[in-house]
Amino acid sequence: MSSSKPAPVGKAIDRGGFDLSAFKLGGWKYPAFWLAIGLILIGGFIPVFTGSNSWRETMFLILMAVSLASSLNIILGYTGYVSFGHIVFFGLGGYVGLYLITAHGWSLWTAALMGGLAAGTLALLLGKAILHLRGAYFALATIGVNEAVRTFINNFDLFGGAVGLEINFLVYKDYGGPATMQWLTYWAVFGLTLFIVVLSYGIKFSRFGLGLLSIREDEDAAMVLGVRTPSAKTWAYVLSAIVPGILGVIFFFRNSSIAPQEAFRLHRSIELIVMVMLGGQGTVLGPLVGATTYEALRSFLLTSPLFKDLQLAFAGLLLLLIVLFVPTGIVGWLRSRYRKLWRVLE
Amino acid sequence: MEQLIASLADGLLLGFVYGLAAMGLTLIFGVMDVINLAHGPIIALGMFAMFFISGATGMGLNPYLALVIIAILGLLFGVCIYFIAVHRVLNAPHLSSLLSTFSVNMMIIGVGTAILTTTPRNLVFSIGSISLGPVTLLGTRLVAALIAILVAALLYLFLYRTQPGKAIRAVSNNRAAAELMGIPSTQTLALSFGIGTMLASIAGGLIATFFSFTILAGGVYELKSFVIVVLGGLGNPTGALLGGLILGGLEGIAPVFMPVSWVPVIEFVLFVVILMVRPTGLMGGGR
Repeated sequence: MSSSKPAPVGKAIDRGGFDLSAFKLGGWKYPAFWLAIGLILIGGFIPVFTGSNSWRETMFLILMAVSLASSLNIILGYTGYVSFGHIVFFGLGGYVGLYLITAHGWSLWTAALMGGLAAGTLALLLGKAILHLRGAYFALATIGVNEAVRTFINNFDLFGGAVGLEINFLVYKDYGGPATMQWLTYWAVFGLTLFIVVLSYGIKFSRFGLGLLSIREDEDAAMVLGVRTPSAKTWAYVLSAIVPGILGVIFFFRNSSIAPQEAFRLHRSIELIVMVMLGGQGTVLGPLVGATTYEALRSFLLTSPLFKDLQLAFAGLLLLLIVLFVPTGIVGWLRSRYRKLWRVLE
Repeated sequence: MEQLIASLADGLLLGFVYGLAAMGLTLIFGVMDVINLAHGPIIALGMFAMFFISGATGMGLNPYLALVIIAILGLLFGVCIYFIAVHRVLNAPHLSSLLSTFSVNMMIIGVGTAILTTTPRNLVFSIGSISLGPVTLLGTRLVAALIAILVAALLYLFLYRTQPGKAIRAVSNNRAAAELMGIPSTQTLALSFGIGTMLASIAGGLIATFFSFTILAGGVYELKSFVIVVLGGLGNPTGALLGGLILGGLEGIAPVFMPVSWVPVIEFVLFVVILMVRPTGLMGGGR
């Protein structure tokens, strides 16, 4: 179905794929852009002002969740494809990066870029192979891909098999010791979060993004109107995979070890979807709000004696209530409730 | 060679039970286009129902009588899930039903781990074994396979020979048209969801008679069910039974040639490849 490529009609409809000229960033004109940037800046600098390590750990997790959820939002919220096994990019990136660091002595930064590249390449190949599937079939295929990669790495001796890879603590000396390393990686994640949010805006206000949104609404109609759906979808998938790949390297480097079970936890994938849904899929602020709320709620549940054991059940209940009653998420709900906020909440 | 045959026979027996579980998943998808992500925990609940009804620490009822109770409980549970989590999202995009059934999954696993912990349990139960030449078949597995076939046959009769069964097929074919013919579609959908979970819980109960389990054990069988369902074609119950046999056979043969840990790799690669090249399943577009 989507393999047929309609010829572009006129000049106005360009390649529809990854085209830098289509990235005319118009988003900065909107207050919403500055709202999102401001929120991240404020949140990101909290640990500096308080100077507390526990704040830094909390904010690290929140920023990571925000950037993972924002990445997922590009394929899930904009394009309408349910990538259920999105964590595969995070895990694969982490593995490639840690392998380069432990076995070949690469520095964290180049290894992180390679992790992103590996994740992007996987997404590109997968995009060609499974993005022609629609609806539930695509969701199932992404679960299958995640499980296939997990079970494969479980057997792959180069990556340490079921045991995984471990970083020698001496490596941290190159980054000024463990304490400085934690700040370094914190700022790296902070920068990535800013990057992905700006990118999200850039995409949303570009012609490329418009193509993605039209695919979400009606893929066949989009195709008829000249959107090159196969390449647009593939590039959306690639863009949503790169940042998780880089984050995987940073996270597992900080964590000092990686193992198949924790790198490819399907559950984590679904948590990301919950974050996007909670905040509001298809909006730029949505993943930001959703990820922050979810992480805050989770740390509350984990520490409260009443809910500690029932944390998962409680998260499930929350998810069910959102899906049943507020399917557009917090931001979507606010938008439909208060029309005046349309330009502020994008 | 003898080892191969013995291993294959064992795998095929398991394959029938896997197929039964997958039939539940595929029936629900076929009728209402919903992938039930709570499938695994329901299988696990079937295992625990078996544990409590017929285990040594439970009521000590004969496991095969217990299956009848498990079936009824499974049916009722499924109908409850349908009205709580599925009914409202039937016409919403796919993501909604995936997430709402997954939320049921999280709730069952969450409450289950809190109450039942994750210590492995097992049912101490044996009914001897049968030797056919080089092949020794464990009695529990043989009976489980026979029960799986019986249940599949009953399902077939139900769908093709009874009024509610015909209603399910009609709704599956075209819900709007079925409603115009006076078929109560809500009840029919609830019933089919209930039958889907019933099949899953029966399969769980059967698996509990020969494997140890925890509340998380269902996840493995859920993934197996996905593979099987895709092999047989989503929404095709007969295909599911065949897919189960293929998977069971594969699991029987493969360990003879390679380390056991590689078997899941093959299964999932097969799964993705089939989705890529033939999403309607090996049986063709038949539904």
